[in-house]
Amino acid sequence: MGNKKRLVEIPSNTFLREEDLGKPPVLDVRNLGIDFGGLTAVDEFNITIGQTEIAGLIGPNGAGKTTIFNLLTGVYQPTRGCVLVKGVDIKGKSAAHVNRMGVARTFQNIRLFSQMSALDNVKVGMHHDIRCSFVSSMLHLPGFYKEEEKANEKAMQLLEFMGLSEVAEMPAGSLPYGIQRRLEIVRALATKPSVLLLDEPAAGMNPSETAELMEQIRRIRDTFHIAILLIEHDMNLVMGVCETIAVVNYGKIIAKGTPDQIQNNPDVIEAYLGKG
Amino acid sequence: MNFLQYLINGISIGSVYAIIALGYTMVYGIAKMLNFAHGDVIMIGAYMSYCATNYLGLHPLVGLVIAMAVCTFLGITIEALAYRPLRGVPSLAVLITAIGVSYFLQNAAQLIWGSAPKNYTSIVSMEPLKIFGGGLVITGEVLITIAASIVIMLALTLFTGKTKMGKAMRAVSEDRDAAQLMGIPVNRTISATFAIGSALAALAGVLLCSTVPTLMPTTGSMPGIRAFTAAVLGGIGSIPGAMLGGILLGIIETLSKAYLSTQFSDAIVFTVLILVLLVKPSGLLGKTVQEKV
Repeated sequence: MGNKKRLVEIPSNTFLREEDLGKPPVLDVRNLGIDFGGLTAVDEFNITIGQTEIAGLIGPNGAGKTTIFNLLTGVYQPTRGCVLVKGVDIKGKSAAHVNRMGVARTFQNIRLFSQMSALDNVKVGMHHDIRCSFVSSMLHLPGFYKEEEKANEKAMQLLEFMGLSEVAEMPAGSLPYGIQRRLEIVRALATKPSVLLLDEPAAGMNPSETAELMEQIRRIRDTFHIAILLIEHDMNLVMGVCETIAVVNYGKIIAKGTPDQIQNNPDVIEAYLGKG
Repeated sequence: MNFLQYLINGISIGSVYAIIALGYTMVYGIAKMLNFAHGDVIMIGAYMSYCATNYLGLHPLVGLVIAMAVCTFLGITIEALAYRPLRGVPSLAVLITAIGVSYFLQNAAQLIWGSAPKNYTSIVSMEPLKIFGGGLVITGEVLITIAASIVIMLALTLFTGKTKMGKAMRAVSEDRDAAQLMGIPVNRTISATFAIGSALAALAGVLLCSTVPTLMPTTGSMPGIRAFTAAVLGGIGSIPGAMLGGILLGIIETLSKAYLSTQFSDAIVFTVLILVLLVKPSGLLGKTVQEKV
């Protein structure tokens, strides 16, 4: 594992990439918990993610991983604890606001705007980036064409980055599954996030598509210099691309560390395989 | 010749229905709710224009602008006070609330303006067009109404297809939560939809009363229901569908009044609706939603 050398252990029992040292974390989650009625879905969840870290969140089905994503993106309001995005608490903010603070995500079950073209999907992600008044777009003033041109160009660049420029004009719903997954990543990137949350990005992909996805995840980090937190069941992907991993079971973190540490952790093995 | 005259009158009243139906369909498509108070916003719009011209002595066009501005504000207020707190609750609660808002507006109008009908003066001052030596008369109201509905439909199609707000509306319409997570301000987008729908309602109210010059607190309710029927007939949520549905409904209504029975015209209209829905449940131009299994 080439990654290991560049990781430095810091006092809070997590790891940081060398280049993130001395920089504030992009995501700082403290003691997060949520109850649904009497059921505690997530409890005492702590995680710190450096500015350019690729982190993994794994755990058996129903462990609360997607609930954690919903808490991090402002879909759910936590019962306890807080989520700091670049030092700012997201408490009480709408999901749209949290997105503008720098958190973007994809979905476990793809949720593209299926009747819109791939390009328009990306442009919806750029909503706050397009500066164009209602009047100038209705009257097609010169400013409209300039903005529209700029938006189109940016959206096309993003599509091209993920190898999707050929399908730009096709309705998103008509695209093959693997392409839809990639388009969701592009749409999330279009919102200019500081941290990208991927919910099972490799679900339903074959091994060669998964290998390509791993390459793309690294390329996204290296190009946009953002952090990535991903939920995934494909252990090849998780162990291959994540620099730090947190394991949750029954809504609580049971282990944190580098891929090597996680693979040899007896608690993790027990959670996945049961007691031997 | 008579037939042509009826047809043109039908298209004219159908165009009014179309403008109202466009408001219904926009709100349904984006907020996923049936705003049964839409018809009463029409009535308020007509009263506003009536007051501006009759009490304040303003030019009818200024009156129209005032009516549209007041209704835009009214639409945004109704949405914020009555519908927004109900986001995420079962749609039946929202539907009942909309009916409540409808009664509220009707009764408020009755308190303010009384229940006696007012005589509305047409805002159109155009000479009627006489064709075939006077055999066919097309009034200015008819021409303006038809032109207005076509312009509005084209503008709305452009708006939803091309502008950033339009794209946001389509995104909210398809998946509200995903749109929110992509940074789209959902509440503001829905407010904008109500603003557009209500401004159109005011315009429809003015055009309706210019064609049928009696104005009373219940003026909006029947055209509102017919326009809703039109939106369903054309395929609710579809902009060209609302237009087509409105005009078809107007024609069917006028022709059945002329040739079949005045009293049964509504029954005939609804029979056509039922027949269309039996064959094509999503309406004439409605999208058939295919669920992937």
